[in-house]
Amino acid sequence: MTKDIKNKTRRDFIKTAAAGSAVVAAGITGFPHILKAASPVKVGIVHPVTGWAQYSGSQCRFGAQLALTEINAAGGIKSLGGAMLEAYLGDAQSKAEVGAAEVEKFNEAGVSAIVGAYASNICLATTQAAAKHGIPHVVDVGVNDKIVGRGLTNTFRFGPGFGIITKAGVEGFLAVNKAAGSPTKRVVIVNENTTGFGAGIAGLMTKGLKPAGIEVVEVLSHPTPNKDFRNIALKIKEINPDVVIPSHYYNEGVLFLRTLQRQKIQPKAIYSVLGGASSQYRFLSEFPDAAQYVMDCNHWFDPNNATAATARNKTEAAGKHFSYEVFLAYTAMKFTAAAIEQAGSADRAKITEAMASSNWSDHFMPYGPTKMVNGQNVGARPLVTQIQGKEINVIAPSEYAIAKAVFPRPA
Amino acid sequence: MDFLGINIPTYGWETILGSAISGVFLGSIYALVALGLTLIYGVLHIINFAHGALLMLAMYAVFYLWQYLGIDPYLAMFIVVPGGFLFGYGLQRTVIGKASHGKDEIILLVTLGVSIIIENAALFFFSATERSVRVPYDLDGIDLGVTYVVYPELAALGGSLLVTLGLWLFMTRTDTGKAIRAVAKERQGARLVGINVDHIFAVTFGIGVACVAVAASLLVPTYAVHPQVGYLFVLIAFTVVVLGGMGSFVGALVGGFLIGITEQLGRLYLGESLGVITISVIFILVLLFRPTGLFGQKSG
Repeated sequence: MTKDIKNKTRRDFIKTAAAGSAVVAAGITGFPHILKAASPVKVGIVHPVTGWAQYSGSQCRFGAQLALTEINAAGGIKSLGGAMLEAYLGDAQSKAEVGAAEVEKFNEAGVSAIVGAYASNICLATTQAAAKHGIPHVVDVGVNDKIVGRGLTNTFRFGPGFGIITKAGVEGFLAVNKAAGSPTKRVVIVNENTTGFGAGIAGLMTKGLKPAGIEVVEVLSHPTPNKDFRNIALKIKEINPDVVIPSHYYNEGVLFLRTLQRQKIQPKAIYSVLGGASSQYRFLSEFPDAAQYVMDCNHWFDPNNATAATARNKTEAAGKHFSYEVFLAYTAMKFTAAAIEQAGSADRAKITEAMASSNWSDHFMPYGPTKMVNGQNVGARPLVTQIQGKEINVIAPSEYAIAKAVFPRPA
Repeated sequence: MDFLGINIPTYGWETILGSAISGVFLGSIYALVALGLTLIYGVLHIINFAHGALLMLAMYAVFYLWQYLGIDPYLAMFIVVPGGFLFGYGLQRTVIGKASHGKDEIILLVTLGVSIIIENAALFFFSATERSVRVPYDLDGIDLGVTYVVYPELAALGGSLLVTLGLWLFMTRTDTGKAIRAVAKERQGARLVGINVDHIFAVTFGIGVACVAVAASLLVPTYAVHPQVGYLFVLIAFTVVVLGGMGSFVGALVGGFLIGITEQLGRLYLGESLGVITISVIFILVLLFRPTGLFGQKSG
């Protein structure tokens, strides 16, 4: 049956108009995902893709983008009607102040959350800048504990900080040392002192090893970047420690380990804590001889988790190495997406709330379900790895170990 | 040991001597980079801000020749040095010379602009990833007892000595060298006696870039290549040029060794971060007592 418009009564008109108004109102205030395409959720991704940290920053950017692509390919944010995540990329140029300036740009662009910013000093600046605007900021790599220790309610770190890492590093080393009959009496720490993380680790390691009767004979600090390690190698040669414990970034890690190799300096072990290069597939592929038997207490994925292997395959298919920068930024982005999903909103405050109360567990890191306390995921932990042949194997703690430590290393 | 309230660590003589020797090798690298810089300054009177970017570009050329054609970095010199000369010649003739209109202050900005373009192009085309060359003789060398010297370091030392000698012979024994010196002394006078000044400018810039190409071939077996690598050396190379005397090859060589040794000993005693200030201290001292640099000549 059809109705002629001329025969419409006033009641018919009011009914139709009311229904039409309801549809329009729903479009504005409710059910937006039913009636129109969901607006994308803007996410700022800031890393140092130029300057001294450019390699690591680029790796981080790749990891974050890989996660973002996967999330969008899987249908985006379901609670927002399949809203896509839209990346806003920033380059911190390896400078803290530039990182902070990028956050200001993100704010003007209206991002809902930020993922970044690799180095501790840059993270300190970007989280501070994000706090001014109430933007939730997920720190991917920066391990300085001050990042989450300043009471900034917008700042979250999914991975561990250097306090947790150093504690695990000491425990891991003592376990490895004990299993070998405790041959270590004297160690030398080599650390970077430009961005703050290396110096922090050196202090905590010294405190942690002392009760076990292991003397830290000398702490040899260096700036980042550093183009020459010959003096440090000469000092190590003169001190002749049992074990050398380095903490620095990738480039310095490679140069340091190659210098030791060139100078024919072979302590019983190189046991890095956040060693930069010490658990990197790239270092292993480029300098397999220098890399052999190097141990590292660092960010690492659960070696028994199948999704980690999938992410590694995707990364390698893209011509990249599956480094800690990649999988930490990847996980940080996934955590961010999970929080947006949980919040069901692109609103910064609601996402912040969701991050603080998150119990997200769909990840491949050895952290268990997420539990944020003052912005730090308290379940986050590092693993101890050792380069053995063509693989990087987890050697501690025992629940994740897939190989036994080779210590002291063969001459 | 306590000196003026500062705790100075004590080391065995082997460590001190080893550090000084490593300073000689580090200094030879500074000298290599500084040689091209001092040549360009000595003749063109311009501070070439693109020097670091050109070094980086040459290092990439050496790396890719090794990666795709399997050419050893030292043999790559036979390709990158002529290539560097032609590139430098063309750059001066078509970009720097034309854009500067003969004004020094504009040349400075043009070279700065060139460096920014080259660095960003490198970042775009080669990405930020550091690339390293692996050569079979990478770990071979001579054990000096106090330190182990690998062949790539010896090659860099020999290279800096040979390039200095070569440049000196070229400038004093060849007609082109004499023409370059004439242009450096008196541009207008050189033009009046029939020297093609624009051509000599471009030749000089080309030789400067060729020197950088030699440095690149000698550096690649030791240092990773990335878009920022030029900065590691070129800032200190500027110091070496001023310290040794602007335009002086011997000055660049001696200045390089002096800075290298000072830097290494400074780092040994004052630490890796603070030790670098010894470069500034010796630089200021030389300028105070000999403003023209160690081997520089007074103008006029």
